[in-house]
Amino acid sequence: MRAEPAVWAAGAVALGGLPLLLSPFQVVQLTVFMAFCLLALSLDLIWGVAGILSFGQAAFFGVGGYAYGVVGINSGSTALALAGAVLGAALLAALLAYFTFYGRVGAMYFAVITLTVTLILHQVMGSTADPRYAIGAARLGGYNGMTNIPSLALELPGRAPTVLEPVPLFYAVGGLLLLVLVLGRVLVRSPFGRVLVAIREDEGRTELLGYDVRWRKLLTFVIAGGIAGLSGGLFAGWGNFINPQVFSLSQSALVVIWVMVGGRGTLYGAIAGTLVVQSLTNYLGAASVTYTTVLLGLALVVIVLILPGGLVPALGRLLSRLAPRPGRALEVPP
Amino acid sequence: MRASVLEARGVVKEFGGLRAVAGVDLTLGSGELRCLIGPNGAGKSTLFKLLAGVLRPTAGTIRFKGLDLSRLEPHEVARAGIGIKFQVPRVYDRLAVAENLWLAANFRHGRAAAGAAVERALAEIGFGERRQATVAHLSHGDRQWVEIGMVLAGEPELILLDEPTAGMTHAEARRTADLVREINRRATVVVVEHDMDFVRQLAATVTVLHRGAVLAEGSIDEIRDNATVRDIYLGTRRRARG
Repeated sequence: MRAEPAVWAAGAVALGGLPLLLSPFQVVQLTVFMAFCLLALSLDLIWGVAGILSFGQAAFFGVGGYAYGVVGINSGSTALALAGAVLGAALLAALLAYFTFYGRVGAMYFAVITLTVTLILHQVMGSTADPRYAIGAARLGGYNGMTNIPSLALELPGRAPTVLEPVPLFYAVGGLLLLVLVLGRVLVRSPFGRVLVAIREDEGRTELLGYDVRWRKLLTFVIAGGIAGLSGGLFAGWGNFINPQVFSLSQSALVVIWVMVGGRGTLYGAIAGTLVVQSLTNYLGAASVTYTTVLLGLALVVIVLILPGGLVPALGRLLSRLAPRPGRALEVPP
Repeated sequence: MRASVLEARGVVKEFGGLRAVAGVDLTLGSGELRCLIGPNGAGKSTLFKLLAGVLRPTAGTIRFKGLDLSRLEPHEVARAGIGIKFQVPRVYDRLAVAENLWLAANFRHGRAAAGAAVERALAEIGFGERRQATVAHLSHGDRQWVEIGMVLAGEPELILLDEPTAGMTHAEARRTADLVREINRRATVVVVEHDMDFVRQLAATVTVLHRGAVLAEGSIDEIRDNATVRDIYLGTRRRARG
């Protein structure tokens, strides 16, 4: 527990040094991976910590991306656009959470509803190809997507905004990831976070101890939605582009896979899982063109079978075996 | 006459065609210790869940300090001051003993005082040394103690205990009886119990349930001398043994 700030500091140092070691292409790749890490982190918060499986994180990611595009194109400010991404996604999460959690919808139905909302967004955004589907100057563009989304820029008062070059962008996204990770860990350790874990372990019992679980679940879902929105906004700003593919079934499932591979409930696992799966996808894509998906699927099955709790909890167990000391398990067993 | 804390009037609970509780009236005075007994299927556990606000009655009302329990959300029942221990301990298996107690104490006392309440409850159940033990690794009897500790840490006004001695050894059951009498000094207590020795040790007013209704009420001696009770309750036990 006390070692955690040291881990964060090590993360910050690694982040600072990486652009010096990597090729420019790798820096750009890692930047988008770190944006995806935020998306995985949002799912781990709601699923790993609070025990609520959401297939809808991709929806909040997509809404964040589109909101970034719409606000960015119309206002010219990417800071406003990023704020719009977070708020837009958080708002959708609040709406969804209110009706489901206060309506006492079961966990399974909740997962299905979140997936359905994502797929509906896929359909809706896909049918906006006509030029009349535009918000201000931002054309939604149907399946071709929204183009000309402004790149993230440094906006200081009294100066013209400067578009972030790959390395500064890497630091900006990495810094945001580290910030959200630290805040997330503080949240998990707080009394609020401890009650979330209790909700995950036994929701009914937690209610009978006097906790109103509904607003706690809602607040957590809204925070997770906002983080996913931030991730989507960064993604749109990174690639200057977003299309309805972000709402697809495979994208929704991919987020769950990232967290499963990394291990639930630690937040670190979400980051490790995303980096491993995405690096593997890239590597396989470069090595063999034909069987990428099959090989990736095989690798994931092997990882899940060998390490059912995920990578990070397995690593934690290994470390505690090497240096035995009393501590509490962070992971969620399968 | 002490002021009544809990009042059940004409309480009925039906599951489909089954009438588990068929019109129960029950009044509990402040600070009272009451045992609910009855043969299997008498409706004890259903009545317990109704009193705990886990189930809502099909008909009738249950009032706790004047509050209609059927109008409250589950968390509001706890907030009103009712603490519950289930028949099968409902504890957080993957969390430490102290964390279980903290969860029970936190909502009631707030952040500042929760720690002290946890320490008191740990001392009372004798788990000071094993506070960091993971609950899943404890014996069934110890898990019962953890849940009793959770009830104590919440410091409720009304405590409902469903078969608190299930899975305990004889010595543990005796210790539980002492503890129940001890906590009865602070709170009104309802105990649903099977073990007649334990009921005798509590020396409480006994309510006998049969087929979802109250059959008799009185001291343990009065109940023992009641011919009908002996026939249906002790009789079934004897038959079951024979």
